[in-house]
Amino acid sequence: MSHSVQAAPPMPAPAEPPRFRRSLSSRVLGRPEVGALVAAILIFVFFLIAAPAFRSAESFFTVLYQSSTIGIVAVGVGLLMIGGEFDLSAGVITTTAGLVNSMFCWYFGVNLWVGALLSLAFCLLIGFVNGYLVMRTGIPSFLITLGTFFVLQGANLGVTKLVSGSVSSPDISQIQGYDSLGKIFASSFKVGPVTVWITVLWWALFVALAAWLLQRTRTGNWVYAVGGAAASARAVGVPVVRTKIGLFMGVSFLGWFVGMHTLYRFNTLQAGNGVGNEFLYIIAAVVGGTLLTGGFGNAVGVAIGAFIFGMTSLGIVYAGWDPNWFKAFLGVMLLLAVLVNLYIKRMATSRRLS
Amino acid sequence: MTTLIEMENVGKSYGAIRALRDISLKVNAGEVTCVLGDNGAGKSTLIKIMSGLHPHNEGALLVDGEKQTFSSPREALDHGIATVYQDLAVVPLMEVWRNFFLGAEISAGRFPLAGLRIKQMKRIADEELRKMGIVVQDIDQPIGTLSGGQRQCVAIARAVYFGARVLILDEPTAALGVKQSGVVLKYVAAARDAGLGVVFITHNPHHAYLVGDHFIILKLGTAVLDRTRDEVDLDELTTQMAGGDELAELSHELGR
Repeated sequence: MSHSVQAAPPMPAPAEPPRFRRSLSSRVLGRPEVGALVAAILIFVFFLIAAPAFRSAESFFTVLYQSSTIGIVAVGVGLLMIGGEFDLSAGVITTTAGLVNSMFCWYFGVNLWVGALLSLAFCLLIGFVNGYLVMRTGIPSFLITLGTFFVLQGANLGVTKLVSGSVSSPDISQIQGYDSLGKIFASSFKVGPVTVWITVLWWALFVALAAWLLQRTRTGNWVYAVGGAAASARAVGVPVVRTKIGLFMGVSFLGWFVGMHTLYRFNTLQAGNGVGNEFLYIIAAVVGGTLLTGGFGNAVGVAIGAFIFGMTSLGIVYAGWDPNWFKAFLGVMLLLAVLVNLYIKRMATSRRLS
Repeated sequence: MTTLIEMENVGKSYGAIRALRDISLKVNAGEVTCVLGDNGAGKSTLIKIMSGLHPHNEGALLVDGEKQTFSSPREALDHGIATVYQDLAVVPLMEVWRNFFLGAEISAGRFPLAGLRIKQMKRIADEELRKMGIVVQDIDQPIGTLSGGQRQCVAIARAVYFGARVLILDEPTAALGVKQSGVVLKYVAAARDAGLGVVFITHNPHHAYLVGDHFIILKLGTAVLDRTRDEVDLDELTTQMAGGDELAELSHELGR
C-alpha cells in the first residue's frame, strides 16, 4: 500500500517512531482500583485513630483473614462481572460444597478426600449449568443464578435434614483425611505473636493468578472483550460461550474452595449459612472498580474491595461500636463506588483529541 | 482475475420469513463489489452469510471453488474472510492495541496462562496503523476515545494485517461525516489495490460509485440490478436506489 504519502509529517527517524503517552495523571486515574485504594487508605487511617485495638499486627492479620474469606470468591465474581455476568448463587454454593463433602463421607463412611473431589466436581457442574443456561437461553444471568441460588438454598436445608435429622451437618473430625485436608484449607501458623491463616496466602495466590490472567494472557483479553462488547468479540473470533461458561465455573471453583475452608475449620456446617454472601462478593468487586455492566475492572481492585470489607467489619467491633452499623456503611461504600465508576467510565470513553 | 467467493442462488429464511432469495454474485480479487439497498433489503443478511454469523439455507456458497457453510465467524476468518461491522467493530473500553489483536493475540505458548507478547503487539499495531496513515495519540488509550472514522480504519487495518483476502465492509460510511467518509473510502481503495476482494455494503450510491467495480442493488431480498462499472452510470444507480419505477409512478401520482 503506497498511501503513506498521506501521513502528513515525514518521520525524521523511521526506526523509532515517536509515540505519544497520555499524561501520568490521566493514565493513573483511568485505572479501576484507584478509587478503592484511596478509600482503603482513608478507612485504614480512620480506624487507626478511632480504634486503639486496631493498631497491632495481630488485628491486622485478623482483618486479612476476614478479608480472605470474602476475597477468594470475590476474585472469581470480579472476573465474572468483568465478563459481563452475575452469579447470585456464589454465596450459597460455599455451603453446598461443604455439605456435599461432609454428608457424603459421613453417610457412606469413605475418606474425606473422595468427598472433597466429588464436591469439587459437583460445584464445577453447577457453574457449568449456570453458564450453559445463560448462554443457551439468553436469559440474564441475574435471573438464572437467582434460580440456582434458591434451588441450592432449599436443597442445602432439605438434604441436610434428611441425612442428619437436623439443620447442621454431622461431626466429621474422626473420618480419615480430616487432618490432611485441614492442613490445606484451614491451617494457621504463628509468625511471632501473629497468627497467619493459610487462606490469606491462598487469597494472595488467587489474586496474583487472576491479575496475571486478566492483563497478560489471551484468556484475559477475551474476558474483557466478552464483557465489553460480546457481539464484537464473537465477530472477531473470540469464543464467547466458552469464555463465559469458564468464568461461571471459576466462581463455583472458588466457592468450593471457601466451602472447604469453612468445613475443615469448624468440622460441622449450618445448612442455612452462606446466604447473603453473594452480595458481599459483588460489593467487593464493585467497590474495587469493577463496572456492573462488564468490560472494566481488575483483580487488585477486587482484592482492595474485599480488604475494605474486612477492615470495616472488624474495625467497627474494635472501635466498640454497634456492629449493626456495618451494613449501613457497606451500602454507602457501594453507592460511592458506583458513582466513581460511572465517572471513570465516562472519562475513559469520552473523546479526547490532542 | 481470481474469484474468491461465488454465490449461486443463495437464499436465507428466518422461520417463515424469506430474507434473501436467488442471490448470485462473484467477489474477485482486486475488485470492489458494491451491494446497495434500502433498509430491510437483505444487505445485512447477505453479509451475515458470508461472514459466518448465520448459515444460508438455500443455494451454494463457494470459497475458492469449494462449497462451504460457515457456522461461526471463526470459520470464515480461517478462510480469509474478514468483516468490519458498522456498529460492532470494536470493544470501546479496551486499548487500541488489544482491539487490534483481539481474537488473534500473540502469546508465548498455547498454555492457558502463557504470557502475551505485549511489547511486540503494541509495536505491530502502531506500525500497521501508521502504514494506513492513522496516528493514534497513544496506543494504550481505550479505542472508545477514537472518532468513528478512526475506529473503522483500525478495524480495516486489523483485517488487512491478519491476511484477509476478502474484506466485507458493512456500511462503513453510514454514521460518518463527509470528510471522515472520504478517509474510509481511501482505505477501501487501498485495500483493493493491495489485491483484496472488497465487498462494500452501503445505501449511498455516490460512495459506491467512487470505488466500485461491480454493483448489485437488493430490494426485498432479491437482486434488482447486477452490473459492472462499464454497464451502469451514477445516475442510473441513484435512480434505482431512490426507487426507480416506483419513484416515477409516485411523481406521476403527486403530479407536480
